[in-house]
Amino acid sequence: MATTNTAGSADLNRGAASGLAARRKTGNIVALGLSIVATIFGLFFLASILITLLVQGFSAISPALFTESLPPLGGDGGGLANAIFGSVAMTVVAIVIATPIGILAGTYLTEYSKGSRLSEVAKFINDVLLSAPSIIIGLFVYTILVLPIGHFSAWSGAVALGIIALPVINRTTQDMLGLVPSALREAAAALGTPRWKTMTHVIYRAARSGIVTGVLLAVARISGETAPLLFTALNNQFWSTDMGQPMGNLPNVIFQYATAADANSQRIAWGAALLITVTILIINIIARTLAGGKQQS
Amino acid sequence: MDMLNATAETRAAVVAANQTGIPVDQPIKLEVKDVHFFYANGYEALKGINLQLRDKTVTAFIGPSGCGKSTLLRILNRIYDLYPGQRVTGEVLLDGHNILDKNEDLNRLRSRIGMVFQKPTPFPMSIYENIAFGIRLYEKIPKSEMDGRVEAALRKAALWDEVKEKINQSGLGLSGGQQQRLCIARAIAVKPSVLLLDEPASALDPISTAKVEELIEELASDYCIAIVTHNMQQAARASQYTAFMYLGELIEFNRTDNIFTAPANKRTQDYVTGRFG
Repeated sequence: MATTNTAGSADLNRGAASGLAARRKTGNIVALGLSIVATIFGLFFLASILITLLVQGFSAISPALFTESLPPLGGDGGGLANAIFGSVAMTVVAIVIATPIGILAGTYLTEYSKGSRLSEVAKFINDVLLSAPSIIIGLFVYTILVLPIGHFSAWSGAVALGIIALPVINRTTQDMLGLVPSALREAAAALGTPRWKTMTHVIYRAARSGIVTGVLLAVARISGETAPLLFTALNNQFWSTDMGQPMGNLPNVIFQYATAADANSQRIAWGAALLITVTILIINIIARTLAGGKQQS
Repeated sequence: MDMLNATAETRAAVVAANQTGIPVDQPIKLEVKDVHFFYANGYEALKGINLQLRDKTVTAFIGPSGCGKSTLLRILNRIYDLYPGQRVTGEVLLDGHNILDKNEDLNRLRSRIGMVFQKPTPFPMSIYENIAFGIRLYEKIPKSEMDGRVEAALRKAALWDEVKEKINQSGLGLSGGQQQRLCIARAIAVKPSVLLLDEPASALDPISTAKVEELIEELASDYCIAIVTHNMQQAARASQYTAFMYLGELIEFNRTDNIFTAPANKRTQDYVTGRFG
């Protein structure tokens, strides 16, 4: 009797257990299905954008795109040479300005002011700056540089891009220095190493690939910025290497030429869009490779 | 292995250590006088420590986790100074000179008192540069002389034969045990007179541990060595003096054979026989 009872209840339990397992299985299938649909949804738009960009962009690629300056709107032929130069020049100047300031600020915040109130406030404000709308930064530079000088210039464009890159580099430097184990700082100190030498010879070396990755990500971030350049470097249809004057740049070429009515202008805009995308893609791949190499070691 | 065997083995190790014939009564190198240590939150981690470390002698610090033995070690080269808010009272005399003086040149002090940590901490540079880095801090010597110093340090740390073919490769590529010996080589390359070893073998496998222990025994003839360890056999084998600490106090400090065979304090006896801790 007792045996039957036990067997019965065990069966019952097994029945309940298999019901639970079935419910969990269904739940798993539903959740997995929804995740896959969401992923496909996201990937579809990404693929759609990239394919359109590649198809339209490649038909615009020609040697002239790299050798000739912008055509007049509605005109024939032409290329992106002056805009490519402008974008590269302003990005380089911006990074040259932002990198030392960003790395030094990140170093101060992580290594020299730990726990102080100033450091906490500065870190918070840097994070706010990190997500500040870039058009606001464009307006800011317009007010402090363009208005007093009296005209648009590539210098002010570079400053605006630099202000956008600064918090990115600062934050990455903080994160990467934070990852260096304090045991390494102690080991260097225990050898009688002066603090500055510990930083330059040991800590920076340990965090190097991470900091370089941060700078590359900052380059990727600013090379597609349009709004801050509208207020600062504006645009220039002609070849110019004068940083004191308005200068052509790829994002604003897209902005102006894509909205034009004629096919040639649109071709130029597609070319510019493809160039920016490929550049950012390459920079991101380099950054990922560097970061990945660090994780391995 | 049960408790009794462990004790027997420990005693055998003590006897063996005493038979090596290392003279036990060397002159005093470091003298710790009434040292109290406070963390930034005011917690008193050391409550009046008094002891002497003798030259060319290994002194082991044992005791349960949190008893303050690592803290004491970190006072001896003032590495605690890296962390604002931590505070020490009392005196630590190195050759009669108080190193807790606030005008003490810490970098010079640390070049005289080397330290090796629990986890290996090779610098992100080549094996050669790891050693040369410390030497360059205080000496300007030509390349040929530097080569000799690097080789001597690596030989002394029993690492030369394993790395001489790849001296210019990264120190991070070595195994854990090799990295730790590299750190010991780096510490002795700057010619300190005192070596502080904070559980130097606890992150290593048994074979690497044996190598590091052998190395410590060899270094004992040249340096004043203080070693923190959780391994009773290691303390018994490698040291001539042993300090047993508990809850921030020095419970017993004596010759190692006394501590392990005839401890004066009940707590010491319980700890070294594995009954608590």
